[in-house]
Amino acid sequence: MESEQFNKPSEIEAAAPVIEPGHTFASVTDKISAIVLTHRTPRFWYVGFGLSFMLVLVLLFGIAYLLTMGVGVWGIDIPVAWGFAIVNFVWWIGIGHAGTLISAILLLLRQKWRQSINRFAEAMTLFAVACAGLFPLLHLGRPWYAYWLFPYPSTMGIQPQFRSPLVWDVFAVSTYFTISLLFWYMGLIPDLATMRDQARRRFPRFAYGILAMGWRGSAIHWHRYEMAYLLMAGLATPLVVSVHTVVSFDFAVGLVPGWHSTIFPPYFVAGAIYSGFAMVLTLAIPLRKLYGLEDFITLRHLKNMGEVMLATGMIVAYGYLMETFMAWYSGNIYEQYLMWNRMFGPYWYMYWALILFNILVPQALWFRAVRTNVVALFVIAICVNIGMWLERYVIVVVSLSRDFLPSSWGMYSATVWDYAIFIGSIGLFVCLLFLFIRVLPMISIFEMRELVHETEEAK
Amino acid sequence: MIADETEKSRQLTIYGLMAEFAEPEALLEAARRSFGEGYRRMDAYSPFPIDGLAEAIGFHKTRLPLLVLIGGIIGCVGGFYLQYWVAVIDYPLNIGGRPLNSWPMFIPVTFELTILVAGLTAVLGLLALNGLPMPYHPVFNVERFQLATRNRFFLCIESVDPKFNQETTRRFLESLRPQGVYEVER
Repeated sequence: MESEQFNKPSEIEAAAPVIEPGHTFASVTDKISAIVLTHRTPRFWYVGFGLSFMLVLVLLFGIAYLLTMGVGVWGIDIPVAWGFAIVNFVWWIGIGHAGTLISAILLLLRQKWRQSINRFAEAMTLFAVACAGLFPLLHLGRPWYAYWLFPYPSTMGIQPQFRSPLVWDVFAVSTYFTISLLFWYMGLIPDLATMRDQARRRFPRFAYGILAMGWRGSAIHWHRYEMAYLLMAGLATPLVVSVHTVVSFDFAVGLVPGWHSTIFPPYFVAGAIYSGFAMVLTLAIPLRKLYGLEDFITLRHLKNMGEVMLATGMIVAYGYLMETFMAWYSGNIYEQYLMWNRMFGPYWYMYWALILFNILVPQALWFRAVRTNVVALFVIAICVNIGMWLERYVIVVVSLSRDFLPSSWGMYSATVWDYAIFIGSIGLFVCLLFLFIRVLPMISIFEMRELVHETEEAK
Repeated sequence: MIADETEKSRQLTIYGLMAEFAEPEALLEAARRSFGEGYRRMDAYSPFPIDGLAEAIGFHKTRLPLLVLIGGIIGCVGGFYLQYWVAVIDYPLNIGGRPLNSWPMFIPVTFELTILVAGLTAVLGLLALNGLPMPYHPVFNVERFQLATRNRFFLCIESVDPKFNQETTRRFLESLRPQGVYEVER
């Protein structure tokens, strides 16, 4: 019995390697590039793209109506002036964080299993940040004045207030988007060259050729490339931590009960990674099935991601626990009332649903059988996605709705336009992902070749 | 003498000679041998980065980290000065007599701009040092070279190398037991 226990981990590793055996440089290249270049576009792609594009139209309609009528069409009012816009913003930004974590932090930690999931996780980051950026912009009410947020020599003679976390947010999110885009594009260059050389038709050859910028795989270029990749990873690692820290400052610097807390930065960053990995799993599980990529995205990847979710989920649970403890221990009646209000006030069902989805359900990940069960992982990932959205709802809405003075309390309920723009943003995200898997290699081809090389050498 | 001149100019009409290999180890070995033979103007091409290949053809250090450091310092100092200038010089606001240069509040934006400028330098510097985008390069004239992004490994000795001679270099490359040796048109 004891020896069997001892043998177990290595058996699992052997049963679920990072890449299935029998692949060569040519086979990984052909298999990944063929999805884009030669295979017929599968029917589910048209269905998925069509449905998500319909949601994009819902988003566009929602935005058009919002811009015509003003932000009053949303459920926001005083005291809850942030509402869905900020809930969705924080949710989307958090989802983005997993992509950077996989591509940068796991690179620095030399985790080889990241190589087959980093490309689409980075794409996910980019699209999630794009969706996130939409919300504060629309929340401005007059988004065409958004450039006022940047310091520029204006004829009005005024400048942004650099002591405000809301201005920090502008810099953090725009830097994050720019760096994520550059990192992603840089990672794509050698693969775009592969696509250029694999494409047989004129237009794809030309288009990939332009995007590959004449990459020819020179040893000197590779040398600089690896250095640049490492430097970018080193820069993106503190960046990803700083972005959600700054997002949490939007709350923590405010005086509202339930926001004014020093635990916010670490607990927001952990929550971001938690929701991000949940989203990567939500996407990876159907993708590997539909495109037959089980060789490259193996059970090992899914299991590892489940473990990251469990770890970050426990940090989040600790955050909730400490919030409750501090509310009691501080002896501050406003903090104590806030906690009571969260649990038993008018939004009690949101709080308990959050605990269920974010804390209780993911405990199943302690069991190896669950971590290696694709369906169970998918269900848990969906639960965490919902749970993390509820968390932001509880933080934003419940705190604002009842602050210090009972005379200034008020209730918030979202309108159909809140939902239209939220669901529309999910549509935009999915639609962009469908376009991405149609025109670009969704797995980094050159890194898979490296993986083949390394597994051959290890033999 | 005259015959020598024409020989050299005839050689310069081609870009170089290229050998094809099937395995990364073979390319690495060939690169080492060519360098040992005294060839300097050459380049190796592979579908993925190979450890030690750049060193084997005599390329040891890149200036990229230094550029990124300089970029980061510019972003850091520039970012802080931007906020200092706005808050102290251009648009001072007296809020309850608090200091205008409230530097702890300027740290987040300073940090973000450090990362932004350093990251931009890393990617743009990579492209600039690599001479990309490059719309035309002679190596693509070799039909087989499109496999350099799939599963083949190439070594090209360029005709500008002082030791380059079409016959002896070809013989030398063939002695490395490649899959084939090709002339690279300009």
